[in-house]
Amino acid sequence: MKKIRGRLFLVLFLSVVSFYLFLPSWPGLYDRIPESVRWLIPPRGVSLGLDLQGGIHLVLEVEEERAVEIAVDRAAKAMQDLLTDKEIPFDTVERDGSVQVRLELSKEGVVEESAELIRDEFPSYFQVSKEGRILVVELLDSEVDRIKNAAINQALETIRNRIDQFGVTEPLLQRQGRTELVIQLPGVKDPERAKSLIQDTALLEFKMLDEDNQPGLGLPVQVQRSEESSIQEKFAGRVPEGSEILFEPIPDSKGGPPVFSRPYLVRKGAVLTGDVLQDARVNYTEFSEVYVGVTFDSKGAKEFGRITSANVGKFMAIVLDGTVYSAPRINEPILGGRAQITGNFTTDEANDLAIVLRAGALPAPMKTIQDLTVGPSLGQDSIEKGLKTTLIAGLIVLIFMVIYYRMSGVIADMALALNLLCLLGALSGLNATLTLPGIAGIILTIGMGVDSNILIFERIREELRQGRPVRLAVDAGYDKAFLTIVDSHVTTLITGLALFLFGTGPIKGFAVTLCLGIGINLFTALIGTKVVFDLINRRKLERLSI
Amino acid sequence: MLEIIGKTNIDFMGKRHVAFGVSGLLVLLGLIALVQIGTGAANLGIDFAGGTAVQLKFENAIGIEQARQALSKHGLQDAELQEFTQDHKLLIRVKTEDTLEQKIAEKIVEVFQTEFSQNKFVIDSSTEIGPTIGQRLQQDALLAITISLIGIILYVATRFELRFGVAAAVATFHDVLAVLGIYFLLDKEITLLVVTALLTLAGYSLTDSVVVFDRIRENLRARRRETILNIINAGINQVLTRTLITTLTVVLVLVPLTIFGGEVLHDFSLALLLGVLIGTYSSVFVASPLLLIWPGGKGRLLSRGA
Repeated sequence: MKKIRGRLFLVLFLSVVSFYLFLPSWPGLYDRIPESVRWLIPPRGVSLGLDLQGGIHLVLEVEEERAVEIAVDRAAKAMQDLLTDKEIPFDTVERDGSVQVRLELSKEGVVEESAELIRDEFPSYFQVSKEGRILVVELLDSEVDRIKNAAINQALETIRNRIDQFGVTEPLLQRQGRTELVIQLPGVKDPERAKSLIQDTALLEFKMLDEDNQPGLGLPVQVQRSEESSIQEKFAGRVPEGSEILFEPIPDSKGGPPVFSRPYLVRKGAVLTGDVLQDARVNYTEFSEVYVGVTFDSKGAKEFGRITSANVGKFMAIVLDGTVYSAPRINEPILGGRAQITGNFTTDEANDLAIVLRAGALPAPMKTIQDLTVGPSLGQDSIEKGLKTTLIAGLIVLIFMVIYYRMSGVIADMALALNLLCLLGALSGLNATLTLPGIAGIILTIGMGVDSNILIFERIREELRQGRPVRLAVDAGYDKAFLTIVDSHVTTLITGLALFLFGTGPIKGFAVTLCLGIGINLFTALIGTKVVFDLINRRKLERLSI
Repeated sequence: MLEIIGKTNIDFMGKRHVAFGVSGLLVLLGLIALVQIGTGAANLGIDFAGGTAVQLKFENAIGIEQARQALSKHGLQDAELQEFTQDHKLLIRVKTEDTLEQKIAEKIVEVFQTEFSQNKFVIDSSTEIGPTIGQRLQQDALLAITISLIGIILYVATRFELRFGVAAAVATFHDVLAVLGIYFLLDKEITLLVVTALLTLAGYSLTDSVVVFDRIRENLRARRRETILNIINAGINQVLTRTLITTLTVVLVLVPLTIFGGEVLHDFSLALLLGVLIGTYSSVFVASPLLLIWPGGKGRLLSRGA
């Protein structure tokens, strides 16, 4: 009899532990627990997967080749500055291919001197060829690898910063493979906004307008946004070397998305970029127009002061990812290290802009590999429908068991309840994410739970038919069903483990619930119900209600 | 004691030739489906094939033909449309071979905004998947299935005998192939959720086979004098009540889910329902007769004195 008490205690103990672990997953009850004792309860429980609560699942790939090209571009610019500094005459300094820089000097005599200069100042480049006035240098392979790696790490870091400031509960950000990033934002209400927040390169550039050439070019005052590319083509031959056409969207008077934009002729080289920013904040003008105020770091402030002093009276375009936000006139030197980005934003847009500016630019554009957006309404619908039907279906099974097996059916139903409670408790304790495939796993294990009980009961019935007394029949039934249940569970467990180890994403979720459920099933079927039968048998029954 | 059937004595093994015919047909169908999937001709969901799927929920009913015309007008004639009439939902799928640079989802939304400007809608879901992910997913799933099959055969072989393991694995494979074949025939989309259902039913089918085998093993040990055929028949008859009741309880859950569970759960539950019915059939008519095909050597469970 002592043995019964031990097992009974175990069953009760596990039920209580499961309920305790499950508590945070039941907001209705969790919120009613007074604050004073809530620290006793684990803070997190089961979270719902994207297919159930809506949200975004993105897999992005860092375009690492572009990152290398950008780095080489930057080096080419630096080489150009170096030549200018040393007063060495040159025609062009350009990136050639993705890893080479081609320097075309004005005369042959300075080639040797330039080559030496670049060898000293740019140790990560080696000389490929030196013919006539042309010098070609290439980025070292080891450096290419370093830049690629750094690009991925920086992308991860930048996106993490942006997501953290976006205020999503339980976001997920992981590196997958070498170049891929997995991003999950559950429960996001405005997917487009979130996606652009993550994916915008957010390269902020200050560029001077090409005021010498703009009047002669004959650009239209404004164009349809859809015609921007045809305008680019039309003027392609006439745009002077070193300048480019960029557009500023003109806000729609009705508040819709902009239909028109204003073309500008802008000098290609940026005088300053966003990497010298220290902070970016949303602010309002006295006319309660929203703008983003940026603060430069000390180096940036000095540089910005120098540029604005040298260009008083000229126009400077503030360009983000190739789009002009505004092109104000520099009225006086700006020495305080602050600037304002105006551009007819909504407050949300200004907020997002401030976030991406603070978090920094992505080192390279990101390519979307997978984009899975589930609207919260689909999740709601499918949860409600699925849940309701599952509950009704489950109820039918419970009733069926009681009709078919009477008192024993009630015991089986209790075992099922225990099963479900333990499974939910375990999932909650592991902070698992519940998805539709995960629910499929639960349905499978519950089905197996019912099956175990049916197996045992049918065995007991067989024994009773042969005229065994109740207690012996119950023991024999359990004994004989024992191996069958273990074998069938272990084979399914093997499947579950294989799926867990080699499956990805949703399949893995299925495998987790399946493996947990099988373990719990074995316990409830072989120990949980047996204890109840043993308790009943203490009264030396003549007949068993089965 | 309430019983649906009493003690039975049905000659299941006698009908094995008919059963092998039926099963052969089902497996053939499944193999065809498998080949079609391999060559990309089957109705693969975009989670495997790559592409874009957008589900829109409209305020008013929208005609599927009008929607098709509107999409073709904007160069999306390859789009597949599926309508859920009761709540004015429309699922638009476009499979793409190349990358996602084109932003088809946005284009689809634009088409409906311009062509059906009076009928407001919300975007229920939007999915874009590059083809590389789909391939990787397929490889992962295949690897997982192969590993688990080997594992099952090994476990059942140690607990029983090798042929039991092989028979259980073959029966399980049979069930998965059969459902896959039926889905192919019905031109249902093979999505990740359907694959999950196939895995779930593999679990059920395996359990079913092992339960029957277990009883057969028990009888083989207890009744050394009887013929194998009789012993297998007796084993199946003894567990028949359990087989039927278990199947019944599962069917009780799955029928309402299939009918009322909503569009997401429908294909999933239907696959499970088919699978459970076929799994019950296969544990009796496929797994057990397979034991007869492969006669055992001396000293083994299945060997009998001539």
